[in-house]
Amino acid sequence: MAEPLVQARGLTKRFGDFLAVDAVDFDIAKGEAFGFLGPNGAGKTSTMKMITTVSPITEGKLSVFGFDPATEGREIRKRLGVVPQEDNLDVELTVAENLYVYGRYHDMDRARIRQRTEELLEFAQLADRAKSKVEPLSGGMKRRLIIARALINEPELVILDEPTTGLDPQARHLLWDRLYRLKREGATLIITTHYMDEAEQLCDRLVVMDKGKIVAEGSPRQLISQHAPREVVELRFADGAIDDIALRLEDVANRSEVLADRVILYTDDAEATQHELTARDIHPEQVLVRRSTLEDVFLRLTGRSLID
Amino acid sequence: MSTLTRPFRVVESELVAYRRTWRGTVISSFVNPVLFLAAMGVGLGSIVDATDNDLAMPYLAFVATGLMAATAMQAGAGDGAWPVMAGVKWRKEFHGAITTPLGPSDIILGRFYWGVIRLTFMLVVFAVIAVLFGALAIGPALLAVPPAVVTGLAFQTAVTAFTVTREDETSLSTLFRFGIIPLFLFSGTFFPISQLPDVLQWVAYATPLFHGVELVRKIALPEVDASAVTALSVWVHVAYLVIMTGLGLFLASRHLDRRLRP
Repeated sequence: MAEPLVQARGLTKRFGDFLAVDAVDFDIAKGEAFGFLGPNGAGKTSTMKMITTVSPITEGKLSVFGFDPATEGREIRKRLGVVPQEDNLDVELTVAENLYVYGRYHDMDRARIRQRTEELLEFAQLADRAKSKVEPLSGGMKRRLIIARALINEPELVILDEPTTGLDPQARHLLWDRLYRLKREGATLIITTHYMDEAEQLCDRLVVMDKGKIVAEGSPRQLISQHAPREVVELRFADGAIDDIALRLEDVANRSEVLADRVILYTDDAEATQHELTARDIHPEQVLVRRSTLEDVFLRLTGRSLID
Repeated sequence: MSTLTRPFRVVESELVAYRRTWRGTVISSFVNPVLFLAAMGVGLGSIVDATDNDLAMPYLAFVATGLMAATAMQAGAGDGAWPVMAGVKWRKEFHGAITTPLGPSDIILGRFYWGVIRLTFMLVVFAVIAVLFGALAIGPALLAVPPAVVTGLAFQTAVTAFTVTREDETSLSTLFRFGIIPLFLFSGTFFPISQLPDVLQWVAYATPLFHGVELVRKIALPEVDASAVTALSVWVHVAYLVIMTGLGLFLASRHLDRRLRP
């Protein structure tokens, strides 16, 4: 296997007493779309910041393009495109000027920046907005502009930290479409997200992080098959009936989860499970059968409790 | 790209923005000196000059030189406060810039160079207005520009170092209310500090704007009467302001690094 683009061994980040990233290992290959999935506070952003060299690592080893972030940060950042979680566009500048300034930060000459700006605004569907100010742009447009800005230097690796958080479905799909194109053109992408559909859509391989640790790794499909049975049967019951029924559900499926108003059964064969329910004389008000998703894996691995 | 050229990319980004906003800054660069010189210089000056004082020059010339240093202080301090808070906290442009080959110290140095350009421009405008008001002859007015710029830079860098350690804007308005405005009033801008009680004179010696005001007067108006300025050497003022600037740059870079790269 070729030398990985990013390699982490025992990578650790501590803020005072708080352990944000707890000795994680991963390899990211060239041309791959690699995802970091996890709830808020899992350590995804801290990991991203260490890769982009804007946060020094506390312990362990990290190499990006074979460079050491501690001493060769500038060499790494030259080859990097970064899409941060929060918008940090310069609102005093126009759309095109935002790209121009970053082009200059990357030491590109003016002619090249002009050419690249034209291509990128086309790519980001902002060509007719080149001279418009940033402030009045919609959330989706701003995200696309930030992505275009991250691509100005033709980066070998693009890092996207929660690229579609806060966008409406249309804007998300348009953005995914652009990211697909990037991927097809051979870019290496690192994406953090807490949206399962996003990870399933975009990532070739991903890790699930929880409380600073990597708790699972694989392709979306592998993760689903490893951590969740094929199908899910969701049962809804009338108020108050659930406690009584919960006791009679034992062994009806591979795994069951009892929530306040419904029961979730994870099973390899939904039909057989439904027959078994009838045989046990259990009649829910509503039954929903669906395929397992990455969301089930996610909830299984990182728990249902709300993380603030 | 070398260490020397990187900060100029920050200057360039400021210029790109300035291309659109310069009209506004030109107007304020004109309005401020006109108002101050009219009120303090012409209005108050006619009373002061009618009295038996030992300024050995028209009050208008005295106050114009003081105001050049004081205006530079305000502009420099302002530039070290709000745009820097915006960069680290409100709009977060600095967080973006450090994901490119630029680093925190490039941002600080670039803003410093930009400060040189902006302060020079502003003070040349001030000097021209002072000439039009008859406050200063052209020679002294232009001689006053460099020391005033140095004063402004000392404040820009020191306030930047302060701002990057702050979480909210309240501390910035506090700095202006209890720092910049008292300095503006009691550093010899409007009256020689020999008019102050002894204790406050010593306080003035310790504060930066006093050194800026003295430096501007001693360079622009070398014939100034001994009672209008102190006997301190020009080099004391230069040393004070240069050390303050150097320390400001050093601490601003260090604090910004800690802030942006936790």
